[in-house]
Amino acid sequence: MSRTPLLETPPEVVAEAAPEARRPRPSRRWWRLVSPVALVLGWELAARTGLLAPEKLPAPSDVLATGWRLSRDGTLAVHLVDSLTRAGAGLLIGGVLALVLGTVAGLLRLGDDLVDPPVQMARMLPHLGLVPLLIIWVGIGESLKISLVALGAFFPVYFNTYAGIRDIDERLVEAARVCGLGQAARLRHVVLPGALPSLFLGLRLAIGAAWLSLVVGEQVNAQTGIGFLMMEAREFSQTDVVVLGLLVYALLGLISDLALRVAERRMLTWRRGLRAT
Amino acid sequence: MATRTASHLTGAAPVLTAHAIRRSFGPTVVLAGVGLSIARGEVVALLGGSGSGKSTLLRILAGLDGEATGETVVHGTAAVVFQEHRLLPWKRVAANVGLGLSGPDTAGRIERALAEVGLAERHRAWPAELSGGQAQRVAVARALVREPDLLLLDEPFGALDALTRLRMQVLLRRLRAEHGFAALLVTHDVEEALLLADRILLLDDCRIAADLPVDLPPTRTPDDPGFGALRRLLLDRLGVPTT
Repeated sequence: MSRTPLLETPPEVVAEAAPEARRPRPSRRWWRLVSPVALVLGWELAARTGLLAPEKLPAPSDVLATGWRLSRDGTLAVHLVDSLTRAGAGLLIGGVLALVLGTVAGLLRLGDDLVDPPVQMARMLPHLGLVPLLIIWVGIGESLKISLVALGAFFPVYFNTYAGIRDIDERLVEAARVCGLGQAARLRHVVLPGALPSLFLGLRLAIGAAWLSLVVGEQVNAQTGIGFLMMEAREFSQTDVVVLGLLVYALLGLISDLALRVAERRMLTWRRGLRAT
Repeated sequence: MATRTASHLTGAAPVLTAHAIRRSFGPTVVLAGVGLSIARGEVVALLGGSGSGKSTLLRILAGLDGEATGETVVHGTAAVVFQEHRLLPWKRVAANVGLGLSGPDTAGRIERALAEVGLAERHRAWPAELSGGQAQRVAVARALVREPDLLLLDEPFGALDALTRLRMQVLLRRLRAEHGFAALLVTHDVEEALLLADRILLLDDCRIAADLPVDLPPTRTPDDPGFGALRRLLLDRLGVPTT
């Protein structure tokens, strides 16, 4: 395919080097698919021939069939919506709180002195280890799941907001000042866009932490959600549903990461120029 | 705390006057009572060895140093060009030039300022896509678009290669002839000072050690008679052996 344009281009010295470097790339990329596909095929084969007991690990085709069945009767959608609601609420609460505190600590010396030490101390606690304490505080209901997600999302957003603001080149702020920009305008034109790459990183880590918190939270007395679906299936030894739940979690992580990458690429166009040079 | 007053330019009053500027970093005194005055449309070069405090003085005059003492009065508007271009990497060239700009026809003013530095067609570029010389020209346009009465230049061409630096000096001379702004040019380059300035201030030992008028024609070259003598004199005062 790529040979046709090569023949059409005039015989320039420069034109020769580029396709030469580009040609091995597509084949390399295909190579990366080989082992995952082989693994899935091997898994399917092992399940079909009875090498894998279906109650230990069902065939991937069976998992997909179960997924199809549960999406058609609406069960999957109900649980998915509940899980997404929890993740969204937790992310919003934890993220906004972290954004506000991170901004205060990053911008103001007093804020740094007051806010940062307790946050640094709390960071040392593994937030999933707080589940027993959280159960005592907020019970085993919906608030437990949301609190857990919010806690998980808080730290990455806080630290990256703080670092993003601190890493802004002081000289740029000064230049904005001599251009007549007031404090609010400097915040809008210099600090916010300067901290944005860091904020995106924080958000990506936060979403990862949110899914992780959700997995743990939904295994405590949940009546709905993907985690509940998996726990219930385990009791009835429906291994296909358990594997399906895992698959859904993985897909959720993948999709959210992709969406964020697209948003990042759109909002940080100026960095592409930076990479090109 | 230094007082810095800005007011409208009236009549023949100097664009900038500064009195008794003092600044020390801990026990090290950098400026011990510096005073200077710049007339309307006058280009003054501030020469000094490295570490002599010339950039510190410019920052104080620009109102960027909160810890200096003394008095600075600026009649009219001032704009600053730093040694590094200091363009915001997340704004396109035109938006950088128009940063903080208000009033009617900002788009037209930005366009004209960019055209004057020869970069009209680059208005959509990101700063990272520009060469060092181009970025510095955008920084000059950013100062120019504000139509300043006084341009404060902190070694504006110091980070550029020799050829680009020569081109920038020609550009600055042309812009000055067109706009008639006054300028304070901080530099350590004796030749640059002689090519561009009407008057040269020598900063040495925390004070203005010499105030020398440059009696050369407006469009001057290093081949002009008198240029070499002035150059030798300045280098001598800076403690550089010339023979």
